[in-house]
Amino acid sequence: MTEQERRTEEAGSGAAPDAEDRRGLSQGIAVAEGARPQKGLTEEKVFELNDVAVLYDGNPAVREISFDVFKNRITALIGPSGCGKSTLIRCFNRMNDLIPIARVEGEILYHGEDLYGPNVDPVQVRKLIGMVFQKPNPFPKSIYDNIAFGPRTLGMKGDMDDIVERALRRGALWDEVKDRLDENAYGLSGGQQQRLCIARCVAVEPDVILMDEPCSALDPISTGKIEDLMMELKDDYSIVIVTHNMQQAARVSDMTAFLIVELDASEKNRTGRIVEYDETQTIFTNPSDQRTEDYVTGKVG
Amino acid sequence: MSDDEPRTERTRLAVAGARATTAAVVAGQPRKDVIRNTLFSVLLFVAILIALAGLAALLIQAFVEGRPALGFDLFTEPNSSDATIAGFRQAIIGSLMLIAGVIVLVVPLGVGAAVYLEEYANRERWWNRLIELNIQNLAAVPSIIYGILGLGFIVRGPLDLGFIALAGSLTLALLVLPIVIIAGREAIRAVPPSIREGSLALGATQWQTIRRQVLPASIAGIATGVILAISRAFGETAPLLLVGAATFVTFDPQFLSGDYTALPVQIFQYATRPQEEFRILSAAGIIVLLLVLLVMNSFAIWLRNRYEQKW
Repeated sequence: MTEQERRTEEAGSGAAPDAEDRRGLSQGIAVAEGARPQKGLTEEKVFELNDVAVLYDGNPAVREISFDVFKNRITALIGPSGCGKSTLIRCFNRMNDLIPIARVEGEILYHGEDLYGPNVDPVQVRKLIGMVFQKPNPFPKSIYDNIAFGPRTLGMKGDMDDIVERALRRGALWDEVKDRLDENAYGLSGGQQQRLCIARCVAVEPDVILMDEPCSALDPISTGKIEDLMMELKDDYSIVIVTHNMQQAARVSDMTAFLIVELDASEKNRTGRIVEYDETQTIFTNPSDQRTEDYVTGKVG
Repeated sequence: MSDDEPRTERTRLAVAGARATTAAVVAGQPRKDVIRNTLFSVLLFVAILIALAGLAALLIQAFVEGRPALGFDLFTEPNSSDATIAGFRQAIIGSLMLIAGVIVLVVPLGVGAAVYLEEYANRERWWNRLIELNIQNLAAVPSIIYGILGLGFIVRGPLDLGFIALAGSLTLALLVLPIVIIAGREAIRAVPPSIREGSLALGATQWQTIRRQVLPASIAGIATGVILAISRAFGETAPLLLVGAATFVTFDPQFLSGDYTALPVQIFQYATRPQEEFRILSAAGIIVLLLVLLVMNSFAIWLRNRYEQKW
């Protein structure tokens, strides 16, 4: 039986990972089984990663990454600094293409299609898979033009005022800025700017939203607002979030992947790999791997 | 909690030493250093005064000499061998034509080159590094060399345009192009990568990102570079002499045919004539030239301050 079939069968029977599987995981083998949600049904997959590695100039930054991202769920990538979470998330929308020395190996399937196939245009990919960055990066334009930039550039049809309002409402920012849409976006506070970036991202109606540590530059109140926003957005989009804040992952995400960084034999290169990938509840209350437990309980940094 | 009296001799000495050092530092610099600092700042100030004095002498000299000739006639009267009715009409028209030609040539070429070098060129490739190096070099080449280039390639040689204003424009454009490219590159480089990433992450192409984000954000820097280049071109004399800015032009110059002249050239020509009145005229011409340059440079500075994008 192939791995895939075995996974499906077990998922279909609603079984929790049994002792045999746990043993495999606790050996620290860097294979993450596609999670078996306790709910039982095989959920629709948005991304499937098979043995993905990212190399900078030949040195692997992450390797042997295999897991699935499910539709309309929030998937969190957690782990210590330097374990390659940001590198990994940038593979999903082909932003690593912009770095000349970066090379992506392995297979990433998006709704079953190879994301890095020869006929795939990265520009089209990015229309469907949007990204919010760690430091808010609004354009040096008015709030209105920030939101309208995406739809205008992509040639979206429709009343631009409507599109902008809808995006700002979905970004939980409309009430705060509706009277000053012509003001420069740089006049907004950090939290507002980040919500503007989220609104800008949803204005082009993507399928997936990637968030690379979206709250790390923000104060706790703004962080709270954005976390609430994420829970609302989950209904319409699939979200993958990188966070160095464990508690945030525990608060918002449905699935969590825990990555670590390892030194290779020559002690010079750091490579990240997945230790465990499971439902958030399981990761934080009953992880399979000792390293996961050490990390989530704060024993190691 | 220890009492105030130090217990041992060693401690007492240590405390006394610490107190003395602190007092010395807090009390301010010793006299020697204060004198040295003051002397140094005075020397620097004197250096500035000397530079400004030179500039002031030039301005005062020109103004004193040229004042009698200043008047509206200066702009409307044509070139003439009679000093009482001579003016700078052809020279000014010629200069304006040349500058218009320079703008039309230098803006698309300069901005295009800057965009290519910053956005598309892969710096790993040796030829791109060579191009970059050479543009820096070209900005430092003496202007007379451009004159010889113009004479050899534009007026005669492959282009063979003859001694017309177009040839003058082309020569001046080549001269100031490196300035526009370098200023354009600085302006484009100042746009942070996060803006480009944000645009690309929305699904825009590289060209869309450049056209709709990078260029609008760098327009102030580019415009400043263009204005500085133009003011340089406005005052250039040597290359124009070589490409045929003739010195005695009585009819209004045409762009594509016939003789032409330019303001600096005309000043030069008047200054070499024996009559006293012509020297006064040339001084007046200098005042006009300086005024134009002052206005252009001030405009460039104002533009940059007003529209500069603060990241």
